[in-house]
Amino acid sequence: MAELTHTASPVGSGTYSRIPTVVVDDVHVVYRVNSGAGSSPVSALRRALRGSRSPTMRRVHAVKGVTLVAYEGDAIGLVGTNGSGKSTLLRAIAGLLPPESGSVYTKHQPSLLGVNAALLNDLSGERNVVLGCLAMGMPRSEVKGRVQEIIDFSGVNDRGDFASLPMKTYSSGMAARLRFAIAAAKNHDILLIDEALATGDAAFRRRSAERVQELRATAGTVFLVSHDLSSIQESCERTIWLESGLIRMDGPTEEVVEAYREFTQPKAKS
Amino acid sequence: MARGGEATPARHRRRDDDLFPVAPRVPDADTVVLSKAAIELGAPSSVATRTEQNAALPASPLVQLATRHGLRPAGKRPGFFGYLRQVWRYRGFIAAYSSGQLVAQFSSARLGQIWQVLTPIVNVGIYYLIFGLILNTQRGVDNFIGYLCVGVFIFNFTQSVLTNGAASVTGQLGLVRALMFPRAALPIAVAVTQVQNLLVSMGVLAGIVVLSGDPVTFNWVFLVPTLVLQSLFNVGLGLLVARIGVQVPDVRQLVPYISRTWMYASGVIYSVTVFAEHLPPLASKLAEANPLLIYIALARYSLLASPPMISTPQHLWIMGGAWAVISLVAGSVYFWFGEPDYGRG
Repeated sequence: MAELTHTASPVGSGTYSRIPTVVVDDVHVVYRVNSGAGSSPVSALRRALRGSRSPTMRRVHAVKGVTLVAYEGDAIGLVGTNGSGKSTLLRAIAGLLPPESGSVYTKHQPSLLGVNAALLNDLSGERNVVLGCLAMGMPRSEVKGRVQEIIDFSGVNDRGDFASLPMKTYSSGMAARLRFAIAAAKNHDILLIDEALATGDAAFRRRSAERVQELRATAGTVFLVSHDLSSIQESCERTIWLESGLIRMDGPTEEVVEAYREFTQPKAKS
Repeated sequence: MARGGEATPARHRRRDDDLFPVAPRVPDADTVVLSKAAIELGAPSSVATRTEQNAALPASPLVQLATRHGLRPAGKRPGFFGYLRQVWRYRGFIAAYSSGQLVAQFSSARLGQIWQVLTPIVNVGIYYLIFGLILNTQRGVDNFIGYLCVGVFIFNFTQSVLTNGAASVTGQLGLVRALMFPRAALPIAVAVTQVQNLLVSMGVLAGIVVLSGDPVTFNWVFLVPTLVLQSLFNVGLGLLVARIGVQVPDVRQLVPYISRTWMYASGVIYSVTVFAEHLPPLASKLAEANPLLIYIALARYSLLASPPMISTPQHLWIMGGAWAVISLVAGSVYFWFGEPDYGRG
């Protein structure tokens, strides 16, 4: 029993009365990739005639049974090597990707704040801001007042009037900053941040870190995916280490990050 | 950092033997989280909880915990009418997205939005050259140019919804995987975009009809309900093909052939009376139930002085209305059914 109480609360103690906001129960996520029926028309036809579907549809098992509970006020970091399933897990929590099995329960609709929220690249930054806000369910009357604020925050206008140029003309850093600014404009109850803080220059990173702190103050729960371990150490008390779609470690940030560092840079530590 | 097995708490024990664990359902770490839940539920030990978990009981402790605190399953399909309300709440997004598409479709062209007017004019020019001048297909139709143009423009309206609708969700997977909004907004926005394109091409069409010698009559008013019915039909069609495009990606390869066949079956470039003349009665009845044939006939009835008709206007109105309702209901129910799965791609 002593062992149990010891392991019971990864973040501090006396957390039993806290309210869960996200419950992920043994979730598996599988991507189905249609890789074409075959390398040549002949082999494709042969496969089609035989009626064998298996070689054309490849399954990528990205998340292989993840279970976790997040509570109100939690800021949880997610670390793991590339392709370990971090972003996929966030999408499953956000309800954007249906799990193959298992279930996700959330208190409110989670919002995924990523740099991949590609809108229409042919449109100006300004129009994208409006579209993004509307897509997040912001009322139209509110959107109008926020556009300038969002553009200012993103800093795309620092070097001349870029907000009226199509987004495809932006540098990748600028586009990422604008997308982050759009997503961060709204207060979210459950906020899932996908590598958004690693973008932009030092000044923008400072601004966005501040904004995330603000959002955290209002948000119930924050998940943060990042390869930048220092930003996780700054803003999260609890960290989950995913590896090949499985939770490898879940605990206080310092310990998990330490172990993860050791795993990724085995030569640096002896 | 000391990593003595006995000194390390259970949850921090690294399992170095399992880069690819054989029993993926029992990692150390989530046992910890589970046991936390187990304590809340007053379960005797985490081991017991885990066993229950593995037995995949309908209400696992975690699900009980979730429901006890009023958590809702993520990514579940809302009720049909709830879904419609959701779509309605996103009307601002639909409007902004479709006008954005309108701008984007010619954004790389130097003439920009002028193409919105030029495209239908060029289209008509080609048909006029081939069917009016070279082949001289009058075929007992007064004002063949007017007849042809109404057919081409009305057909294009639905055809563009078919083509763009089939790609409306699959082509925006990034958006679908990034933001939570009712996915029906995408195909509906496609239909709305085409309505905006239509308004421009109807202006061009009115000019052509007058220039080709038909007077402006009271009947022109009937064009409005015709286009409203066709727009509703298009929304349903867009929803339908959007989901089909997700389920069977190959359909997008077929769309050009489907739309070409549909054009030949809709009497766009020849007189609609040929069905009754050349087909057995039952087949010609079937051919005349074609929704596009009906909308085109209604538009010709509204704009032209004496178009050949397949049946009475009343019959056409009933058929046109019926098709709009059928398409809208079938399309929205079918699309709504797949709502949780569009992110899978």
